[in-house]
Amino acid sequence: MWRYINKLYARSDNVKAYTLLTPALIFFFCVMLTPMLLTIAFSFFTQINMNEIDYSFTTDRYVEFFNKPLLTSLLFKSVKISFIVTFVTLLTAYPVAYYIAFYVKKNKTLWLILMSLPFWTSYLLRIFSWKIILGTKGVINSGLITLGLISEPLTFIMYSQTAVVITLSHAWAAFALLPLYVSLDKIDYSLIEASRDLGNSRLETFWRVTFPLSLPGVIGAILIIFIPTVGDYVTPQMVGGVDGRMLSYMIQSYFGKVNNIPMGAVSAVIMLAAVASITMIVSYATKKLTQRVA
Amino acid sequence: MNEKYIEVRNISKHFGKVKAVDDISIEIKEGEFFSLLGPSGCGKTTLLRLLAGFEYPTKGDLLIDGIDVTALPPNKRPTNMVFQNYAIFPHINVVKNIQFGLRKLGLTKAENDQRVEEVLSLVKLEGYEERYSNQLSGGQRQRVALARALVRRPKVLLLDEPLGALDKKLRDEMQLELRNLQKSIGITFVFVTHDQEEAISMSDRVAVMNEGKIQQLSQPNELYKNPNNIFVSDFIGETNFLNGKTNEKHGDKIDVAIESLGNFKVDNRLNISANTSDIVCSIRPEAMMISREVQSDWDISLPASIKQTSYYGEMTRFYVEVKGIDQVLTVSSQHFDNQSFQTGECFVSIGLEDIALLEKK
Repeated sequence: MWRYINKLYARSDNVKAYTLLTPALIFFFCVMLTPMLLTIAFSFFTQINMNEIDYSFTTDRYVEFFNKPLLTSLLFKSVKISFIVTFVTLLTAYPVAYYIAFYVKKNKTLWLILMSLPFWTSYLLRIFSWKIILGTKGVINSGLITLGLISEPLTFIMYSQTAVVITLSHAWAAFALLPLYVSLDKIDYSLIEASRDLGNSRLETFWRVTFPLSLPGVIGAILIIFIPTVGDYVTPQMVGGVDGRMLSYMIQSYFGKVNNIPMGAVSAVIMLAAVASITMIVSYATKKLTQRVA
Repeated sequence: MNEKYIEVRNISKHFGKVKAVDDISIEIKEGEFFSLLGPSGCGKTTLLRLLAGFEYPTKGDLLIDGIDVTALPPNKRPTNMVFQNYAIFPHINVVKNIQFGLRKLGLTKAENDQRVEEVLSLVKLEGYEERYSNQLSGGQRQRVALARALVRRPKVLLLDEPLGALDKKLRDEMQLELRNLQKSIGITFVFVTHDQEEAISMSDRVAVMNEGKIQQLSQPNELYKNPNNIFVSDFIGETNFLNGKTNEKHGDKIDVAIESLGNFKVDNRLNISANTSDIVCSIRPEAMMISREVQSDWDISLPASIKQTSYYGEMTRFYVEVKGIDQVLTVSSQHFDNQSFQTGECFVSIGLEDIALLEKK
C-alpha cells in the first residue's frame, strides 16, 4: 500500500506541485479568500441598527452607493490621485532605471541598494518627514518666506491632494524602479544599435525600440503602484486633509464609527472592481498603443 | 569602379590603455567583398564598429565614397550592419523589421512596398512576413537581418561574424549564398570573421589582423601561399614550422640551414638578409608526401615514423616524427588513408619550392 502511494507520488507532477503549494494555499485561503468572500457576501446584506444585520439578499446597497455623490466622487478622486501618483512615479523612476541599466557599468547592485536607502526607515516616519517638509511652518514654506519670495505660507502644499501625490510618489518610487530596471537591463544593446544603424535618432530609437521593449516593466510598475495606492488609507489621513481624502477613509468609517458593515463592504467591492477593470484596460491599451509606435 | 570607396586613414581606437585598433590604413574598392580576419580581441570588430559609427576613432579619419564620415553618428552614415546575433526586433514581425529602416528614406508607399517585396524574394523569405523573431530559425533570422540592412540600399554592408551562430551545413550554404548575393547586387561588403576558411573562400581580399594591427592584406591565395609573417602563416590553414638560419644569398635565393636537416637553397621572397639566425621554415601539410619507400626524385626525402593518424574523409592527417628532429610534423594525404597506412616506418618528402622562409620577430 505504502509502495503504491510512493509510486503514485513519483509519477505525478501535479501531486508534487500541489504538495509544495499546500502551505501557501492554506494561508491564502484563510487570510485572503475567506475575508474577501465574506466582504462580498456582506455587500448583499442590510444593516438594520447598530447591532443587527438583515441577512436576506439584496442589491440595494449598490444602488445606494451610486446614489451618494459623496461616495462616487471619492471613488473618482481615489482613482485620479492614484493615476497621477503612478504617472509621476514612472516619470521619475524611468530615467533612473534607464541610467542604471545602460550607463552604470560596475556595481549596479550597489546603485539599486542606494536607491532603496530611504526605505530602510519606516513608512510612517517618512510620512512624518514629509509633514515637516511640506507643512505651514515646514522647510519649503519657511525657506520661501526667508528668501522673500512669498509673504504668506503656501497652503495648497499641505493637507491637500498635492501633498498626497508627493508623499505617495516618493513612497512608491523604489517599487517602480525595480521592474523598470529589470526590463531595461534585459534589452539587448545591439537592438538599440541596430535601430540607430537603420537611420533612427536617439529619441526615435527610444520610442520605437527601447520603450516598447521595456513595456513589461512599465506595466509591472503601473500595477505595483496603482493597485495599492487607490486603496491607501494612511497617507491621505496624515497629509491629505479634507481635500486629499480618498474612498478608503469612507470604508474605514463604515466599518468603524458609522457601523454600516454592508455599506463598507459595497464600497470595498466597488473599489476592487474599479481597480481590477482599470488595470486590465491600462495593460491592454499600453500594449496596443506601443504596437503602433513600433 | 572607385578604387578608394572606403578610406581608413591612420585610424586608432584606444579603450583606456588598450589599443584595440592601432594606426590602421586601408583602402577598400567599390563592390569588393573585403574581409577582416583575426583571432578574438584582434580589433576586427572594433574596426567594423568604427565604420558603422558605434565607436568614434581616437585618431585618424574615415571616408566613404569621398565623404568624411569620421564624426557622423550611425544614423547618418551610408552603411548598414548585419549583427552577430542578428538583433531582430522581437516586438515586431518580419515585414515590420524590414520596413524599420525605410521610414527615414522618404519613399512613397508604392516604392516602399516594392523594395520590401524585392528584398524578401532576394533572401527567399516570402511567406514569413507575419512571423516574429522567436518563430524563426537561426538561418531565417540571419536572412531577416540581411534583408533589413539591404532594403535601405546602403553603400557599404557591414557584417559582424554573421555565420558564427549557424551549424556547419547551413554555414557552408550561406557562405555560397552570401557570395552570390554580393556579386549580384554589387554592394561593397566588409565582413568580419575569425574563421580563416570562411574568409579565404568568400572574399576578394582579406586583411589579417592581430593586436590591433594589420598583419597582411592581400588576396586569399596570396595569404595562403605567400604569408608575410609567422602569424599569418600560422593563422591561415595548417602548417609546420622548422627552425633554422640563413647563410649566403644567391640573387633571389638564399642558403638556409634547417635544424638537423642540413643546408638547402630556397626562395627568399621576403628578402631576408644573409646570416640571420632566427628563421622559421613553413611547410604546408599537403605539400609534403608520405610514402613507404624513399622518393629519390624529391628534393628532400626523410625517414620517419607515424605516431598518429586522423581521418577526415577527403584526406587523412598523419602525425610523423622525422628521424633526427625532435618535432612532430603534420602531413596530409588524399592518396592514403589511415587504413592503408597506419603506424610504422615511412618516408616524408618535401620540395624546396614549398618551403616558405619567415623571420621570427
